[in-house]
Amino acid sequence: MNSNKKNIRVGTGAGFSDDRIEPAADLALNGNLDYLVFECLAERTIARENLTKLKNPELGYTPYLIERFEAVLPACIKNNIRIVTNMGAANPVGAAKAIRRVAQDMGYGNLPIAVVNGDDVTEIIRNNPQLPLMENSEPVEAIIPHMASANVYLGADVIRDGLNTGAPIVITGRVADPSLFLGTMLHGLNWSYDDYPKLAIGTTAGHLMECAAQVTGGCFIDPGKKDCLDPVNIGFPFADISQDGSLTIGKLDNSGGRLDVMTCKEQILYEMHDPKNYITPDCILDISDIEFHQEALNRVKVTGSKARPRTTTYKVVVGYHDGYIGEGEVGYAGPNALARAKLAEQIVRDRLKSRGFSYPEIRVDYIGISSLHGAGVDRPEPYEVRMRFSARSSSRKAALAVGFEVRTLHVNGPSGGGGGSNSIREVLAVKSILIPRHMVKPFVTIEGNL
Amino acid sequence: MKVYDLAHARAGDKGNTSNISVIAYNDDAWALLLEKLTAERVLKAYTNVAKGPVTRYELPKLKALNFVIENALGGGVTVSLALDMHGKSLSYLMLDVDL
Repeated sequence: MNSNKKNIRVGTGAGFSDDRIEPAADLALNGNLDYLVFECLAERTIARENLTKLKNPELGYTPYLIERFEAVLPACIKNNIRIVTNMGAANPVGAAKAIRRVAQDMGYGNLPIAVVNGDDVTEIIRNNPQLPLMENSEPVEAIIPHMASANVYLGADVIRDGLNTGAPIVITGRVADPSLFLGTMLHGLNWSYDDYPKLAIGTTAGHLMECAAQVTGGCFIDPGKKDCLDPVNIGFPFADISQDGSLTIGKLDNSGGRLDVMTCKEQILYEMHDPKNYITPDCILDISDIEFHQEALNRVKVTGSKARPRTTTYKVVVGYHDGYIGEGEVGYAGPNALARAKLAEQIVRDRLKSRGFSYPEIRVDYIGISSLHGAGVDRPEPYEVRMRFSARSSSRKAALAVGFEVRTLHVNGPSGGGGGSNSIREVLAVKSILIPRHMVKPFVTIEGNL
Repeated sequence: MKVYDLAHARAGDKGNTSNISVIAYNDDAWALLLEKLTAERVLKAYTNVAKGPVTRYELPKLKALNFVIENALGGGVTVSLALDMHGKSLSYLMLDVDL
C-alpha cells in the first residue's frame, strides 16, 4: 500500500550501466534516504542482454548488478531504504533471483523482490508489422526479421505498484528514466497519477537525477574555468520532495564535486529538445519557466516546472541486427607525420578496392586533427597523428578486411607507423515506434515470500 | 570574442540528433548570445559535423539557449562510425564559435 509521508528523500545510485559503485554505498550509509534509485539501461542495452540471455537463460540483466547490490544491501536493509532499479534489462526475473542469492549469501535470508513485467512487446510488434517507425515513417516490417528486442518505456505507475506490494526492492526492465524516480514519490507521498503539478515536480527531479554525477560536478569540470572540489570522489545527488510539491536537490557535504545553479542548468537541458514538450510516459513536461535557487551549500531549490497530460501512446525501442563495423588505427609522429598518415589511408582504400570490397559508408579520422569536430580550416599540424579507418558492411568478411588492411601497414605501409589496433563489432541498431497504451499490459510479480 | 568567454555548455544525444545548451554567465553575455548566436550561425559552425536543420530554443529565466541539431550523430549513437558516437565533445565546438 501507499505510504503517506510529508517528506521523502530519494537518492541516485547509478546514472548508467558502467557507473561508479561507491557513491551509492555512501548515500545508503550516510544519506538518510527513503529510496535509492539505480538507472542502468542505455537504448541498446536490452538488445545486447537479450543475446546474453539466449546463451544463458539465467543472465540478461545488467553486468554490475551483483557488485551494486553487495555494496548497498547492508546499509539499505539497516536503514530501511527501498531500492528501485531497471537493472533487470532483458531478464528482470533472473535479476531478482540473482539479488536474492546475494542477499542469502550475505545472511539476509529471504528477501522478497517485486518484479515489473510487460515491457517486452516483441510479440506485439511481430503481430503488428504495419506500425510506422518514428525515424522515417516506414513500417517496422522490414526490420522484424532482424529484431533482437522490442520494449516499451513504462511509466511511474508501475514503480508505484511495485512499491505498493511492500517488497523492499523493485526491479524492472525498460522504464523511462525519470519515471523510476517519480514512482517513488507516487508511492511515498501518496500523489495521484493524475495530479499533473506534482507529476511535473517529480519528473523534473527524475530528469535532474537520472544521470547521477552529471548534476553534481560530473561532465562539468574545465580546469581553471569551471572547477570543483575532489573530482575523484564526486558524490551522487538526492532529492528532498514534500507532499505539497516542493523540491530541493542536494548532495552529501563530505563528497566531492559541486551542486549549484550552474550544474543544475546544464543537466536540466541535457537531452532536452523543445523545453515546453519533454515527453515521458507520465506527462508532457514544460521546463521553460523553471528556476534554480541556491538554498545552502550543495542544496538547490527547484521551482516553476509544469506538465500537461500524458500522451495516449507508449514509446517502443526496437533493437535489431544491422551488420558490422570494422576498424583499424595506426599512429605516426615527427616530421611529415600527417602526409604519412594520409598515404596510409590511400593505401588502405586502394587495397580494399583491389580485393573487391565496397562499403556503403567509410569514415577516416585523423586523431589529433579531425576525429571529434570534423575537418576544420587552418588547424595546425600536430606532432603526432593517428589514422583511424572505419567502415560498415552487412558482410562480416568485408568488415574484417578493414582492420586487416590497416594491420598490414605495420610492415607494408609508410615509414614509422606504430601502435596499431584493429577490431570488428556487430551493430545493434535501434529505432522507435509509438504504440497505443491499451496494447501494453504491465504487471507486478513477487520473487520470494512477502 | 568566443562563446567560451560568455557561456558554458553541455551536449546531449537522442538518436541522430544532438542538443547543445549554451548557458550565459551574466546578463550582458545573455544579450549578446541572444542577438548573435543564431541557428544559422550554429549550423555554419557545425557544417563539417551535421547536416541540420538547427532549431534554437530560448530560456530567458535560465539565460540559456538550447540548440537542437539534427542529422548530427553519424546516423545515430548505436550505428555511428564516429569515435565520439554520442557527440559528447560537440559542446566545445559551440564554445569555440567566434562572435
